[in-house]
Amino acid sequence: MNEIFSNPVLAKALPEAIVETLQMVGISAFFTVLVGLPLGVFLHATAPGGLRPMPVVNRVVSDIVVNITRSIPFAILMVALIPLARLLVGTSLGPVAASVSLSIGTIPFFARLVEACLRDVHHGKIDAAQVMGSTRMQVISKVMLPESLPALVAAATTTVVTLVGYSAMAGLVGGGGLGKLAYNYGFQRFDVTVMIVTIVLIIVLVQVIQLTGERISRSLDHR
Amino acid sequence: MITVTDLRKVYRQGKKEVVALDGVSLSVPKGSIHGIIGHSGAGKSTLVRCLTLLDRPTSGSVNIDGTELSSVRDSEIRAARRRIGMVFQHANLMDSRTAAGNVAHPLELVKTPKDKTREKVAELLKLVGLEGFENAYPSQLSGGQRQRVGIARALASDPDVLLCDEPTSALDPATTDEILDLIQDLTRRLQLTVLIITHEMHVVKRVCGSVSLLAKGRVIEAGELADVAAELDSKLARALLPLPAAEPIKGALQAGPVLEILFSGESAKEPVLTGVARHFDIDLNVLAGSVETLGGQQFGHLRVQLAEDVDYEAVMGYLRDRGISAKVVDAAVEPSDFAPETPDFAAETGDLK
Repeated sequence: MNEIFSNPVLAKALPEAIVETLQMVGISAFFTVLVGLPLGVFLHATAPGGLRPMPVVNRVVSDIVVNITRSIPFAILMVALIPLARLLVGTSLGPVAASVSLSIGTIPFFARLVEACLRDVHHGKIDAAQVMGSTRMQVISKVMLPESLPALVAAATTTVVTLVGYSAMAGLVGGGGLGKLAYNYGFQRFDVTVMIVTIVLIIVLVQVIQLTGERISRSLDHR
Repeated sequence: MITVTDLRKVYRQGKKEVVALDGVSLSVPKGSIHGIIGHSGAGKSTLVRCLTLLDRPTSGSVNIDGTELSSVRDSEIRAARRRIGMVFQHANLMDSRTAAGNVAHPLELVKTPKDKTREKVAELLKLVGLEGFENAYPSQLSGGQRQRVGIARALASDPDVLLCDEPTSALDPATTDEILDLIQDLTRRLQLTVLIITHEMHVVKRVCGSVSLLAKGRVIEAGELADVAAELDSKLARALLPLPAAEPIKGALQAGPVLEILFSGESAKEPVLTGVARHFDIDLNVLAGSVETLGGQQFGHLRVQLAEDVDYEAVMGYLRDRGISAKVVDAAVEPSDFAPETPDFAAETGDLK
């Protein structure tokens, strides 16, 4: 225990690393949901048999954009997106810059999860909504999203947990955070204390996110 | 009042054309309940989808109180749909909304003011007997209560027509009767025009004033319940007044001719059988029988066996003179198409696929 508090690296860099990790996860989670949710709705609505089938557009977005982005290993995608990060936020270093590639890497993943959640909404409910005179937007906003909300929260939880893992990786290419700390000091300098402390912190972070997400999802579920 | 005229719906499956509805016509006056009975594959679901405009009919017309539904423009389709309230087999309530929230759903769609919505929702829940259940979620309600919420929701947009698609098929017998009685009560009180689509003859017997038998996309028999029940040879009469499967009683009489007799209305009040026995001085055995009140009239459907040496032509003449239909049949009783527990008669009416 004493080793942890007396470790100079931890005392100096740990608070900052924690903040950076939370920043990366927070910012990219925000943008992933902001873009991924509408993208998932779009994928579902334009699919054959959806609310507004658009076979060609659906094929293009689904196969080319989403599948290709998801096929590229995240480590490679991250490096490839460094120029984009520089263009958008003016730098390729730091948690904000890392959030660009983190968001782009996880948006398609989350969109697919959203699509699957919406597909699980019982078709009878959509029929009922249409028969009572709903517009397509009303079907989405008043039936599909509220009815799949517990599943959507669970999907978002999974996505944020994935983001924590990715953010550790992003730390290696300039993002900072706990991942960088673990790699630079723990791994390369054989500082076992730093390694263990950072890993434990990441585990705690994942547990907190998972438990919170599950609790929210359950409280929303009235089935 | 809803009038459906020569409704056709043809689906395209690859190069093949599938005729799901082949010239369906029916007319239901305000304040009455019409049953549409048929198997799966008979075209019931397609009919529902055409009536609610979820699908456009290929040709023909659907007319509600003078408004032609089948030709409304896409922009008016939502307003047109609000004239039809729909009740589903599994209620199809939103799990994320309370009972009150579900009933308020159609009102929200047209931006009804909050206080007016609350008032209307309370009124509707009271109407279906669910006072005090405002804040219950569907998962906390029984099947019958869920269906009541479904009915309240269907009535929220003040529709002229209530379309019920297998409204009781997922419910137990006692709950089925409660829901049917509620529908009947609402029909009278709100002067609704009600169409009930079902495969259960019990539903037709209990609440319908008129009925159509749908098979292979066509109405093959239709009419007032009392009229169709009086036709000895109609499928509907055999289904409305089913005879239990019964073997002729061996040894009781020498195997003579077996007659099937259907009496209705006035003739049901007369003691026909004893009349026959006395008039011809013969004995007869009742093999099977079914007596029902349908559409306010008494009906009886009997299968009787005469002694071998009886002149059955003379007996039938005697019966016909008294307005009773009779015919000679094979002794073994064929089960009815719509025997209550075995709704499987696909062999006869055929499947669409």
